[in-house]
Amino acid sequence: MAQTPTTGKITTGIKQVSGTAVVLDRRDVDTDQIIPASWLKRVERTGFAPGLFGAWRADPDFVLNRPGADQAKVLVAGDNFGCGSSREHAVWALQDFGFQVVVAPSFADIFRGNCISAGLVPAQVSEEGVARLFAALAADEGAQVVVDVAARTVSIPSAGVTEPFELADFAQWRLLEGLDDVGLSLRHEAAIAAYEGNRASWLPTLTANVPASA
Amino acid sequence: MTGRLFDKVWDRHLVASPEGEPPLIYIDLHLVHEVTSPQAFEGLELAGRKVRRPDLTIATMDHDVPTIGLDKPIADELAAAQIARLRQNCEAHGIVLHALGSREQGIVHVIGPQLGLTQPGMTVVCGDSHTSTHGAFGALAFGIGTTQVEHVLATQTLRQVKPAAMAVTVDGELPPGCTAKDLVLGIIRQLGTGGGVGSVIEYRGAAIRALSMEGRMTVCNMSIEGGARAGMIAPDDTTFAFLEGRQHAPRGAAWERALDEWRGLVTDSGAVFDHEIRVDASTLTPAVTWGTNPAQSVSIDGSVPDPASFASAAERQSAERALTYMGLQAGTAIRDIAVNTVFIGSCTNGRLSDLRDAADVIRGKKVHPSVRALIVPGSARVKADAEAEGLDKFFTEAGFEWRSAGCSMCLGMNGDILSPGERSASTSNRNFEGRQGPGGRTHLVSPAVAAATAVAGHFATPGDV
Repeated sequence: MAQTPTTGKITTGIKQVSGTAVVLDRRDVDTDQIIPASWLKRVERTGFAPGLFGAWRADPDFVLNRPGADQAKVLVAGDNFGCGSSREHAVWALQDFGFQVVVAPSFADIFRGNCISAGLVPAQVSEEGVARLFAALAADEGAQVVVDVAARTVSIPSAGVTEPFELADFAQWRLLEGLDDVGLSLRHEAAIAAYEGNRASWLPTLTANVPASA
Repeated sequence: MTGRLFDKVWDRHLVASPEGEPPLIYIDLHLVHEVTSPQAFEGLELAGRKVRRPDLTIATMDHDVPTIGLDKPIADELAAAQIARLRQNCEAHGIVLHALGSREQGIVHVIGPQLGLTQPGMTVVCGDSHTSTHGAFGALAFGIGTTQVEHVLATQTLRQVKPAAMAVTVDGELPPGCTAKDLVLGIIRQLGTGGGVGSVIEYRGAAIRALSMEGRMTVCNMSIEGGARAGMIAPDDTTFAFLEGRQHAPRGAAWERALDEWRGLVTDSGAVFDHEIRVDASTLTPAVTWGTNPAQSVSIDGSVPDPASFASAAERQSAERALTYMGLQAGTAIRDIAVNTVFIGSCTNGRLSDLRDAADVIRGKKVHPSVRALIVPGSARVKADAEAEGLDKFFTEAGFEWRSAGCSMCLGMNGDILSPGERSASTSNRNFEGRQGPGGRTHLVSPAVAAATAVAGHFATPGDV
């Protein structure tokens, strides 16, 4: 279905998420762990849930294998979450499994960008804040977690814990409104065309003079 | 003037800076491959949009292509379908494609520089985190996700919050036997896996200036392993000599105009960086990773560290987990660790100079009987050039498998993988759990150490064999 570039709305916004959480107390969780490379041959954006943390899920004690994990909406993890490969499939796999929010003390840059693109909330909570969330969830694994994107807070009301999270204003706006970035950028079509008119003539281009090799 | 190289390139690419929004920057070159593009083309078509600048877009097949049996149909049906999809998308949108089996096919980060498409001061993106490789030319080059690939296809721009600027200054001189790979592993060891998050690194200092373009590409390639958005090196005569005469480099009067512009792409004296680390190249030795992230490396003369020796609880936990996964005991000398597999290739170390480094070690020697050793050239051109020098004969006579170009065992998408528990010495860039195959154990090394290790059957330097 064609979208209107001027509005560019492609998804519904994400304002508040309430649900249970899964705790993954590891740092430097790389995107090869989140979705192993063998899954990247798919040409769709869906169908990745069985591959999420594929290798780690072979361990019956892994957190995603615990009863109720498949109902969780929030993943709480350690520092530098999503490092490594740029594969957006990692975000799609988390979403496909049912996660709408990842909470961590820090995120790798490309992963964070991919979250905003695809509508998964990357909630960056302080190291101490994440420790308090870990503690509250250790005391009550099934506690309800409330993520308020507008207020930029993660709460566990039953434990009386509320932690603020960092999320840039523009990213917050896109998540709240479910905006398509291409549509937003095409509002600047005239500026793009003007820029193109001034590019240096010696910059490389791929043309009919340089045909694709057979 | 107190501008930094990064600011100069950034400022020249600003298309629009709307109030309250991250700016739009123009993209001079968009590299496309089969794995991260199909959903982007699909999104573009669903929205009824076109590729804005097919003439600034180039595609190749690298991530899941086979490296043997190219004369036969691709056995992996999913990979074959994905490769066919790229061909359809390129035909439909008028994008130049260097397809499997063609003369210029290869790893996307090897072919861009090889064709002279990567030039100083440009912005280069690709749906691949190792796009940072192109920063070796003084370009601003970084990896993007598939939705951003779609954004670049549609608009030839990206919306980006401006990253911070970090200087990594490498003083002194690399000792003999120490390569660009050992240098970058040393930098990442100091920086940590997340030390560069939110930053573009400029590599500076005498040891960087002394590197060849190939060495600079190896260093910039691994910027992402320290978390950095990109890595850059100011262009100089080494850069210009590499570029001159290449297929897409400017010629004649245009070359002179370009040179004038490129010579200004330096950080001005007095410029201040948001962060800075210093590394003394003369203290480095050949590096071997012992853990499951690229910051976990040690000198080949050293031993597997004791997790208790790390300062923070998080690092101790990470080290313990890594040693369990890697099947290693603290205190084991690195040279006493035996390997089953040696992989020489990848966008980090799959260029002709890397193959020459390995060949110098191999000449007249044999691969250890218990080792499977693969050489996978970074591009079809690298392969052809190596064969013209007779390197393939050295390798095959020594017992190496001589393969065709692709990403291969760097990420194990194409069937070139480790079996569970197998241990590799690999010239690639990531030693993550399962990166080279489920249960596989990866140790990152330079091409020279990889070649010596293939001969010895355990970690070794060229001097050891």
